[in-house]
Formats: sequence, C-alpha cells, structure tokens
Amino acid sequence: MTTKPLKLKELAKGEERFMHGHRMCAGCGAPIIVKQVLMATDYPIIASNATGCLEVSTCIQQYTAWKIPWIHSAFENAAATISGVEAMYKSLVKQGKIEDKQVKFIAFGGDGGTYDIGFQSLSGAMERGHDMMYICYDNGAYMNTGIQRSSATPFGANTTTCPAGDVIPGKPQQRKDLSRIMAAHGIPYVAQASPAHWMDLMKKVQKAFEIKGPKFMNIISPCNRGWRTRTDDAIMLSKLAVDTCYWPLYEIENGVTKITVKPKEKKPLADFLKPQGRFKHMFAPGNEWMLKQAQEYVDAQWERLLREDASGKDEAGEKV
Amino acid sequence: MGKIVAVTGNEACAQALKQINPDVCAAYPITPATDLMQRFSGFVNDGKVDTELVLVESEHSAMSACIGAAAAGGRVATATSSQGLALMWEMLYIAAGSRLPIIMPLVNRALSAPLNIHGDHSDGMGARDTGWIQIYSENAQEAYDNLIQSFRIAEHLDIRTPAMVCMDGFIVSHSIERVEYIDDADVKNFVGKFQAVHPLLDLDNPKSYGPLILTDLYHEYKRAQHEVMTKVPKVALEVAADFEKMTGRKYGLFETYRLEDAEIAIVVMSSAAGTTKDIIDEYRDKGIKAGLLKPRLFRPFPYLEIADALKHVKAIAVLDRADSFGGYGPLFMEISGAVMSMDTKPAMINKIFGLGGRDYLPDQAEQVLDELVKIAKTGKVENVKEYIGVRE
Repeated sequence: MTTKPLKLKELAKGEERFMHGHRMCAGCGAPIIVKQVLMATDYPIIASNATGCLEVSTCIQQYTAWKIPWIHSAFENAAATISGVEAMYKSLVKQGKIEDKQVKFIAFGGDGGTYDIGFQSLSGAMERGHDMMYICYDNGAYMNTGIQRSSATPFGANTTTCPAGDVIPGKPQQRKDLSRIMAAHGIPYVAQASPAHWMDLMKKVQKAFEIKGPKFMNIISPCNRGWRTRTDDAIMLSKLAVDTCYWPLYEIENGVTKITVKPKEKKPLADFLKPQGRFKHMFAPGNEWMLKQAQEYVDAQWERLLREDASGKDEAGEKV
Repeated sequence: MGKIVAVTGNEACAQALKQINPDVCAAYPITPATDLMQRFSGFVNDGKVDTELVLVESEHSAMSACIGAAAAGGRVATATSSQGLALMWEMLYIAAGSRLPIIMPLVNRALSAPLNIHGDHSDGMGARDTGWIQIYSENAQEAYDNLIQSFRIAEHLDIRTPAMVCMDGFIVSHSIERVEYIDDADVKNFVGKFQAVHPLLDLDNPKSYGPLILTDLYHEYKRAQHEVMTKVPKVALEVAADFEKMTGRKYGLFETYRLEDAEIAIVVMSSAAGTTKDIIDEYRDKGIKAGLLKPRLFRPFPYLEIADALKHVKAIAVLDRADSFGGYGPLFMEISGAVMSMDTKPAMINKIFGLGGRDYLPDQAEQVLDELVKIAKTGKVENVKEYIGVRE
C-alpha cells in the first residue's frame, strides 16, 4: 500500500474511523491522538484498548465511537489481548480460511495501563514479536480513577495519592523512561510523539505500519482535569513539552536513535510547568530546589538523547 | 473403533487437542498441566496442527490472548492448573461475560499457601461463579471424551460460553491408563466447523467488544448469562447422545452407580469416584444397599435431576476435595441445594478429603459408609462437616 500524503485538505476528506459523540472531556489529548493515528493510514485496523479514560468514554452501552473492530477486555492486558487477535488473524490467513487484507493491529493504553499494571503484558507481547503497534497516550497519572500517581507522573506533580503536602511536596520520584525501556526490547521501532506536531506523529505512524513486527509509540496526552489547566490548553502544552525538551520527539529504528524535531531554542522547563496547577507548589518560595531538580533531570535526559542521536551519524551529519 | 492406547490424562487431552486442531492456543506452563501443552507444542512444531501457538508470559496474558483470539473469530484453547487459574480469575469472568467459547482443560491442583503441586479441587471451585461451564472427569478416558464434547457444548450457537474440563492433578494427569482414542476423521467430523459469531476480523461489519454498561442494563446482561447457562444441560445431553452413537460410551449430567435402590449414598467427583465404586461393590456383597452419584456437569449444576436421582436415599455423604473455610464443602452446598426440593429430606454429612493430593484410600470410603449405615438407622447426624484422612 502506498503511504498517503499528509495534506490537511486531503486528510479532512478521508473517512473518519473514530467518531464524534464519545464522552471524553472537552480538551482531552487522547481523542486527538487517536484521530491523528487513524487518519495517518488507510490500512484496515483492529484495535484493543486498556481500561481507562479512552475506553470508558468511547464505548458505552449500545453506542460506540469506533468504526473499526475494537476490543476492550481489562486494564492490564491490551497488549496480550491484541496479540491474541493478531495470532488468530495469522492463523486463519495461513490456513487459507480468510484473505490477507494487510490488517494492522493497535493496542491503545494510558500510562497506567502501559507503564504500570500492563507493563508485563506489554513486555511479553513485544518480546514475542507480534506484528502490532502499542500506542500509549501518556497523561502522566491515573486520570480515569481521579488523578492518582503513576510511574509516568513527573517529579513534583501534585496528584491525589502524592498530594503536595507539608512534608512531602508531590511526587518524590522522577518518571519511568518507558520509551527507552521499550527500545531495550530490541524491537524494530520505538517513537515518542506529540499531538501538537501532528505531521511528525502521523509520519511516525505511517513509518511504523510499514515495519513488520512489534512497534511502540509513546504520545504525550495533556489532561486538563489532572494537569489543572484551562480546557483548551492541550495543544499549547504538548508543544511546550517538546520545546522544553520535557518530551523530546525522537524515534529509535532498529537501534538507531534519531531526534525528529529539535526545538530551535530549548525553553526552560518552568515554561511547561507554570501553566499547570499540578506544579503550582513548585513555584512557591522555599521550593526552588524542586524546579532545579526537575530541570536538571530534563537536561541530563536531553543531553543523553543528543549524544545518542549524534552517535548514529557520520561527520557530515548524515545517518549511517 | 479407535486405537486403544496406554497414556496419561495429559497425553490423552493433548491428543484430543491435536485432533481438534484449534486455530489459536495461548498458554503458560504450570504443574501439573505443563505436560499437556508441552506435548501440544510438539504437535505445533512438527506441523501436525495448524494452530498458532502464543507462548505468553503469564496465565493472565494466556486468557487475555485467548479472549482476543476468540473475539477475532476462531477456535481457541488453553490449559492450566491451580495458581495459573487463580491468576486468570479476572479474565475468566470477561471470557464468559463476552460469550467467547474458549476451551480449557483444568488439571485440578491445590492452591497455595502452603505451596503444593498435587491434586485437589480448590482451583476449580474458586472459579465456580465465573460463568464458565465446568465438567469433571474421573479418569483419562473421561477427560479425553469430555474435552472433545466440550467444544460442541461451548460453541453451540445457543450457548457460546467457555468451558473448563477438569481432571485430577497427577492422579489422572500423570497416571498411565487404558484409553480408547477416536479416529482423527471422526473427531473432526464430530466437533465440526467453527462458526464465528460477530468476529472482530469481519472488517466490513466492525464490532466493539467490552463496552461499559452501568446500572441501567448490567443486571439484564447478567440475567441473560444465567439464562444461557440454563440451556447447557439440554445441549450437553444432545452432544452426549451423538457421542454415544460414535463411541458407544455413555455420558449424562452425572453418573449413578448402584444408586437405583440405594439407602445410603456417597456423592463424590472425579478420580475418587473410582475407588468409591469398588468399596460400594464390597458393601453390596455384604447386603448393604449403598450407591454413588458422581456429578459430571458442575456448572451449570443439575439440581432437580440430582434431587430426583437421590430422592429415595436415607443418608448421603458428600465428599469434597476442596473446602470453603468456615462453610461447608462446595459440593455439599450444591447437594444441599438439590435436596431442598425434596419432600422427604435425607440426612446429610460432609467429608473433606484428599487436599493437596492426600491419598483417598479404600478404608476412608469404608469409614464413611459405616457412618452412613448408622445414620440411616438412627436418623441422627452427630457432626455435619468433618475432615477425613487427617494425620492426628
């Protein structure tokens, strides 16, 4: 199948496979991500969905927002579930019971269902080499159950289970770097994306679908309820996340790291944190150390990524 | 007539799966079921079956992958025991609630703690309310026959509900017995072609599986699930009738042994029924009217039919190879439920036996029958629930 051109005018004419009428919160990043992912390709897609905001809000009773075959079974097993669907497809095609229509398989999960409770199932499915893509919409906490901390929650964030208290001011730990962990599985394609950079996101989806085997994409997904921001800040914040290098856009293809969008000017992390109520206490007098620690972590991660990006290139800056 | 072989219960079940040739199996090894899927893996790698084998990283993922595969639209099987079934627990309800006819040999084993790998029914009884059909087998032949029949029952278009086919860990799974295999072509013909209902792989008619359904309709969904279960006995009997035509081997919802004119009876499931039958013969020789009832279909439980079969009995001992701590044994509770519909109720006692693979010996059956003789005479029950075969 030829990869379709990413022109807004053309994309807008395409058939919508994720419909309006779902009950996601206004301004949520997740449905924007799902739309961009599905819009990027014309391949037939079958998706599984971990329990979470996206799942509970898109298929309620006799209504579904999904015009693709879709399955939710539980919280921790979107990867295992879609691996079963993929295995059945493979089996029936192999036996000549159905025709090979180049179906692509996606598992969608939030950071809770991906970084934490679904981590084992994800790791297993990736190791087994299913021809599937796992997409994590990372909003940095268990938003569906009411903003509890996850291992994706950034350092210092105020959540309902790590509140900014008098003794412990928010989440004490840095976030788990899941994209890197997935790359360590040796799978052919890992990428980070942001809905603000829709072209970059969709190109990555297109690229991933041309690669056989397990793929993983981690996509930042602003949540105005959990991040304590205005309703219409999702795109602004997902851009700031990239510009501050909090959420670098890169891909690791067959072990080679490439930064796909390098901010012209790296902005201070505070620019990303300041508009979010969950970091408010970090700007209070006496908590300067928190901002400093958060910035140092982002800097170190970014420096490492730059080195890795450079290591795969020759002197002229071309990828080797 | 098929080939007569000397095989273990696991080997017989692996053979049945080979003959059925499921489209997908997803499994994780656990003692004593390991050997079953291990043998099946050999069939896969030797090209004897078309099955896509998904070797997952846990039983939770095994059942999750089975759910995905079954929803995709094809024949699916797995196997497990004990802790493996316990880890699947969440997904068992989802498989049943989603009406996916997954088949699972359950090699019954004790649950930890303390850790024990040997046979008892704690695992199966813990899955009693999951919405799965449960069929219990006495020996390797029954495990083989039940496994083949279970596909027809579970996949029946009126049922479409997952089924577990149980056999006692080690006692049956690892003991070599005489088993009569059915010819490959006959098994294939008996089980028939899989009919997919609402498959995910039907791209032209996209389906959503696993919706959120709250207070307004959840209750109705659950009643519908119950109603489906009430249809299982009829289907199980139809399938058994076809099976008898093919093999000459007769199956019912339960088996009775010398029960017709019995005054005392033992109700016991699985391998212990074999030992009990021998002792009943001895007591019959002594002129004592003893009989046995061995449930085969545990879920759904045929209350009325069992009540009818036991209605003339004066005293009943229900032997449970599992316990509900602080309650009566699970099988005893079912038989009590059946007895409720009788006009004249028999005296009943409950014996917990054989936990963690403790041998069930002939003298235990004798002890129970002696007690029943006394109770039938006096009508007095001194101790309703008691452990037998305990080292004091």
